[in-house]
Amino acid sequence: MSKTLVRLHAVTKRFGDAPPALDAVSGSVSAGAITGLVGPDGAGKTTLIRLMAGLVTAEHGSLDVLGFNPATQSASIHTAIGYMPQRFGLYEDLTVEENLTLYADLRALPTAQRADVFEELLAFTDLRSFKTRPAGKLSGGMKQKLGLACALIRKPRLLLLDEPTVGVDPISRRELWRMVRGLRDEGVGVVWSTAYLDEAEACDRVLLMNAGKLLFDGPPRELTRRTEGRVFRMVDIEGRRRPALAATLALPEVIDGVVQGRAIRVVARDAQHVPSVPREAGPHARLLPASPRFEDSFIDILGGGPGGESKLAEGVRAIPGRGENVIEARALTKRFGDFTAASEISFNVSRGEIFGLLGPNGAGKSTTFRMLCGLLKPTSGEGRVAGIDLRRDTAGARGRLGYMAQKFSLYGDLSARQNLRFFAGVYGLSGARKRQQIEQMIDVFALSAHLDMASRELPLGFKQRLALACAVMHEPEALFLDEPTSGVDPITRREFWCHINGLVEKGVAAVVTTHFMEEAEYCDRISLIYRGRSIALGSPDELKARAVTKDRPEPTMEDAFVALVEAYDRTQVAA
Amino acid sequence: MMPSSSERPYSARARARRILALIRKEVRQIFRDPSSILIAFVLPLILLFLFGYGVSLDTTRTRIGVAIERSTPSARGLLAAFQASPYFEVDVATDRRELEQPLTSGQLRGIIVIPASFDADLWKRSATPAVQVIVDGSDPNTAALVQGYAQGVVGVWTRARAVEAGRVRSPSGSEERFWFNPELSSRFFLVPGSIAIVMALVGTLLTSLVVAREWERGTMEAMMATPVTAIELLLGKIIPYFVLGLASMSLCALVAVWLFDVPFRGSVLALYVISAAFLLPALGQGLLISAATKNQFLASQLALLSAFLPTFLLSGFLFEISSMPRVIQWITNLVPGRWLIPSLQTVFVAGDIWPLFLRDVGAMSLFGVVFLALAVRTTRKRVA
Repeated sequence: MSKTLVRLHAVTKRFGDAPPALDAVSGSVSAGAITGLVGPDGAGKTTLIRLMAGLVTAEHGSLDVLGFNPATQSASIHTAIGYMPQRFGLYEDLTVEENLTLYADLRALPTAQRADVFEELLAFTDLRSFKTRPAGKLSGGMKQKLGLACALIRKPRLLLLDEPTVGVDPISRRELWRMVRGLRDEGVGVVWSTAYLDEAEACDRVLLMNAGKLLFDGPPRELTRRTEGRVFRMVDIEGRRRPALAATLALPEVIDGVVQGRAIRVVARDAQHVPSVPREAGPHARLLPASPRFEDSFIDILGGGPGGESKLAEGVRAIPGRGENVIEARALTKRFGDFTAASEISFNVSRGEIFGLLGPNGAGKSTTFRMLCGLLKPTSGEGRVAGIDLRRDTAGARGRLGYMAQKFSLYGDLSARQNLRFFAGVYGLSGARKRQQIEQMIDVFALSAHLDMASRELPLGFKQRLALACAVMHEPEALFLDEPTSGVDPITRREFWCHINGLVEKGVAAVVTTHFMEEAEYCDRISLIYRGRSIALGSPDELKARAVTKDRPEPTMEDAFVALVEAYDRTQVAA
Repeated sequence: MMPSSSERPYSARARARRILALIRKEVRQIFRDPSSILIAFVLPLILLFLFGYGVSLDTTRTRIGVAIERSTPSARGLLAAFQASPYFEVDVATDRRELEQPLTSGQLRGIIVIPASFDADLWKRSATPAVQVIVDGSDPNTAALVQGYAQGVVGVWTRARAVEAGRVRSPSGSEERFWFNPELSSRFFLVPGSIAIVMALVGTLLTSLVVAREWERGTMEAMMATPVTAIELLLGKIIPYFVLGLASMSLCALVAVWLFDVPFRGSVLALYVISAAFLLPALGQGLLISAATKNQFLASQLALLSAFLPTFLLSGFLFEISSMPRVIQWITNLVPGRWLIPSLQTVFVAGDIWPLFLRDVGAMSLFGVVFLALAVRTTRKRVA
């Protein structure tokens, strides 16, 4: 029986008049285990971590951290924990070594031990060759590792990690997991908050939260078993998958469903009623039982996804000419000085198709993207949107496309309504049509409650909704979405994809960048971008097939990604 | 990753070591961040040059019109006096109406009318002959100066004439004499005054910016989860920026004395005591603003509004406090800069007058204690 490090009993925390950020939460954290703090955006994960770190105090309930009361003995807690906040807590002007030295001084690491500890941590995090580089000039993955190293200067008994892998590529993510598992095996108690469900599944225990309430406390396998016997894969679908998905989600006996390569994953509301196969899936479609995943049960426990009907797409007129090329990239190349950010990238996207650009941070996804939106001039090669050459008529092309930037790019000081009005104006809408489109966006994205709030204050999910609304208001033919669901919880993510699917069915061509591996499965075709090059292009099923080995007959998208990247690295070394 | 040492985390030595580590970090950041150097050294120099060379409250060579309604020898003599004055550039006319248009269009700052009756008045032995002075009131500062200088020219000319004629042995009326600043050069009080502005910039604006940046980037939160206490964190900011503030004040003082020939009649000790006393409220205000806003943009706006502008407008730097409405005069007492300016100007232009210095240092220290206490309280309220 492992030791309990944190005990929470009926803890409640409120900020102002808002509904409680934490509502009577009880649970515990053990030594030698990774406890996942899982839940949608705004569930209360960060508040709970800050509470354990003694940074905020609870209003009601009792809390015990390492035998101390955080409200009165936070100083004793601070000497015994390691804490990595969401933005890693690094000084960007200071070098890797100086950051480590600062934390060593603050945590009173004896000088005699420093050389050894630094050496060990730098080896552990693979940062030895970057000792003198300023933290601000490290990649996301490296910053995260340095943040972890700083939190580990004095081996803590309790390590608190607040969404440590947001914005970090899959390879760095795997390394972080390897490091944290090592710490767990040495007896450290780890709290890992995350919105990624595959990470939750890898934890020893999870505390699942929603809207400040604890919904589940136990091993993830136990939660996964919740949907045992209710999960199916719909295979042999004829024709397009997206109308079949929408029809499946409309069935009363179905609680959740997503596209998975050529198949559709279906979760039944209860075990008694096996879902029927909708007509839209074709005569040969059938359901095969599948083993449940954590995500299936997660959506189930939260009461199901948003359904399959996109109100947004309903109001959009259909664009004829399915299969016509809308977006064309021909040998697009961008060099910044002697650095090649994108090299000879080519692909076509046709009406009614979703094309994915998949790759780690800094691989060149956003550069490619911005060249196609006319935001960046290619060094060579050409791009066309709706038949318009981007070099000739950038403004004309931009009027035909909708762009949602990776970072929140709306005016933070303007209210949601003012942003909608502004973007409607920018895209040349006026009069009755402008009013009508704005009203529709408010209705479709359920923005009415937040209309007059400054957009920077909006919860992340609503920010993303507003950004999408501003990008599609003028009914573009081509849609460019740069990491549209980064950091968004699975339910909001489903809602987003429901809208994207709906628009694409109406004839829009969409390009999506993502580092979410599962999300790549929603795409028709994917280009894998790595070190500025497209190293693989094909449908999700084709790419996965290329990673099949004897030990791994059914690789996930992430397995395929890692295998293809490693194979590419080997050819480079050989060459 | 070794077992913890036996030293208690809150012993004086452990505290001192942490504060020192924070100071070391801060100093590195100051030297690596171009914006700190810009605010602490480049901006002060620009301000100093602006006030030293660009802005002058003296009216030198103001363009005026002189209308001579009848060309008599005495009228021509007075005209010559105006033309010889270093303060005026003179346009001559025979009718004031010719000069009205240039006045309204702003080409002229004033009109002097030497009336047809000028000679007659002069022989009547009345104290001053009737000369009409019309000024452009849209810029009251210049208007008052033009009026003053014009009357001065007329007065000097009248007296000189009387002495010449042997009718008066010594000129009647008062003779003005300015102590400490005999040339009445505005530079002598503007340059020391601008040092106050510079310290408000470094103390409040720069400090509020760097602390707000720590909140924005999440480093403040990470620090608070280590054994560092709120007071240690604040001391780790106050000490380096206090030294930086004194450094940029010293730079300005050297430039003032060597480049602008501002006299320095007081002692270096007094200068540092006064400046140090002012930096307390300035830093306290900066820390309070950043802890309350946690946002660089907001912090910079608030710092400009609550520290920079009051020091500029309500401290007696540009505008004489005694000529302000009574309510505003009372409000100026709440502006720390108002207690700095008189002492600072005195230490440069007049010398060490300790009773004045002690009063001002006392007032500024009081503000400092209040602001710093509020800053500690706000920072302690943690991340929520």
